[in-house]
Amino acid sequence: MTERPLRWLAFVSAALPPFLTGCGGSQSALNPQGVQAARLANLFWLFTGVCGAIWVLVMIALAIAIFRRPRAQHHSVDPLVVDVQGERTMAIVVGSLVSLTALILIAFTFLSYLATRGLAASGEPLSIEVTGYQWWWNVRYENSDPTQVFDTANEIHVPIGRPIRIDLRAADVIHSFWAPTLTGKQDLIPGQDNVLWFTAKRVGQYRGQCAEFCGWQHAHMAFLVIAEKEADFQAWRAGQIRSANSTFDPDASLAGKPSQGEHIFMTRGCALCHAIRGTDAGGRSGPDLTHLASRRALAAGTLPNTKQDLLAWIADPQSIKPGNKMPKVPMDRSELDALIEYLRTLQ
Amino acid sequence: MRAYAPLAIFIGVTMVLSACKREHRDFEPDKVDVAKLGPVPLVNLEPGGHTPPKNLEAGKDFEQNAYHLNQGKALFSAMNCNGCHSNGGGGMGPALMDDVWIYGSDFVNIAASIRDGRPNGMPSFGRALPGETLFELAAYVRALGGFVPTNAAPSRNDSLQAAPGENRTQENPEFVPKPPAGNPPAP
Repeated sequence: MTERPLRWLAFVSAALPPFLTGCGGSQSALNPQGVQAARLANLFWLFTGVCGAIWVLVMIALAIAIFRRPRAQHHSVDPLVVDVQGERTMAIVVGSLVSLTALILIAFTFLSYLATRGLAASGEPLSIEVTGYQWWWNVRYENSDPTQVFDTANEIHVPIGRPIRIDLRAADVIHSFWAPTLTGKQDLIPGQDNVLWFTAKRVGQYRGQCAEFCGWQHAHMAFLVIAEKEADFQAWRAGQIRSANSTFDPDASLAGKPSQGEHIFMTRGCALCHAIRGTDAGGRSGPDLTHLASRRALAAGTLPNTKQDLLAWIADPQSIKPGNKMPKVPMDRSELDALIEYLRTLQ
Repeated sequence: MRAYAPLAIFIGVTMVLSACKREHRDFEPDKVDVAKLGPVPLVNLEPGGHTPPKNLEAGKDFEQNAYHLNQGKALFSAMNCNGCHSNGGGGMGPALMDDVWIYGSDFVNIAASIRDGRPNGMPSFGRALPGETLFELAAYVRALGGFVPTNAAPSRNDSLQAAPGENRTQENPEFVPKPPAGNPPAP
């Protein structure tokens, strides 16, 4: 007799861990690392607790109703006889429950006002403009000083403890910015400017992704939020503002020059879509590649940023991310190697 | 009456299944080599009363495919064709939605114009754009000229409409009709 419950226990304990792994990780609303996400997680657990308790109570009431012994048939009551005492009791009970509900609602409204006020930014905010494209994210660090503005892609570095203001734009279709570990999600809508605030509490790498179906490669439209100490962030920022060194000489012949990879980049069409600051490449329809080698991932979180993956990506982007806007540019192996070598220098 | 039931079911199922047919999006069209198009004749004259040979089949699968046409439309702004041709209306460069085609309106002519460039400012994209991309762009230029099937041609941008989209309308006090006050103004 004791075997069966034991087996069930074993089954449940075996089945539970895979579910619980969903609670951790770098992309989980249940592992909050930001002020806003922590509030959301608290709300989630409160909801789960309250709704769970009410569900249990309802189930108990239902079970009692089903299994209780039928009461002996009373003689039928005359429906025309008014039970004055009973009706008065009923009126008091219903009336006080309705007013209690209203009072609870008022209290919660007030609490939510306090909560919203508590989330308002304190400290100097950092302003970042994130533009959604099919299927990648352009990240522009805004600044009142134009020399301090720069673009990067798919990787957002933020200092911890400072409020971050994200201005959300969309270039083509509706996307949604969702980094559950840090804050709730917000849509990017063409023609409308949305704003999202968050504050990261702890140093770490947090994954986010597009949460609104936006076409073929919606699933491959991720980004990384890297929260770091203010000093590290400033160092990163200084590095990103720097332009790339150019050795490109339009008159240089292809063979044997150190700038061969750069020459290929400039003449084979890469520069029509991509920008590398400090060079002639100024395309604006693809991600900015000025510091490509410093990023952790390629193609909006699709591939890790290694030499082999970069090679595979450029050799045939359509086999890795079918339908994406990057065409397969015909190149032979030596040209490809030279190009990769050049791109890997863009630290 | 019952004898017709299988037939009715067959017709019904066929009609429902026909909805499954969807345009094929070819992400890797057979590699197009624009150099293979060779020189493209600009006039239909040849001494001796002949017509010079011209490949009229090129690009057919591009200009009848809504996906390729839309990619071409995105490329038209991404490659800054708008800079001179201004959404097809023309500016520094000639208009692309009228019936005047200096270098011919056939697909191969347009593809060759993009590939080789043309005098007075049209740059050559043949070396910079992969063949498929160039064909998508050429197909969209054909769409601007009204040469492609209307069920495949991309629609006009919202920004080109005279009025904002219906979901963007805002009541502008200037355009709200005012009740007539006294006599109508003299014409």
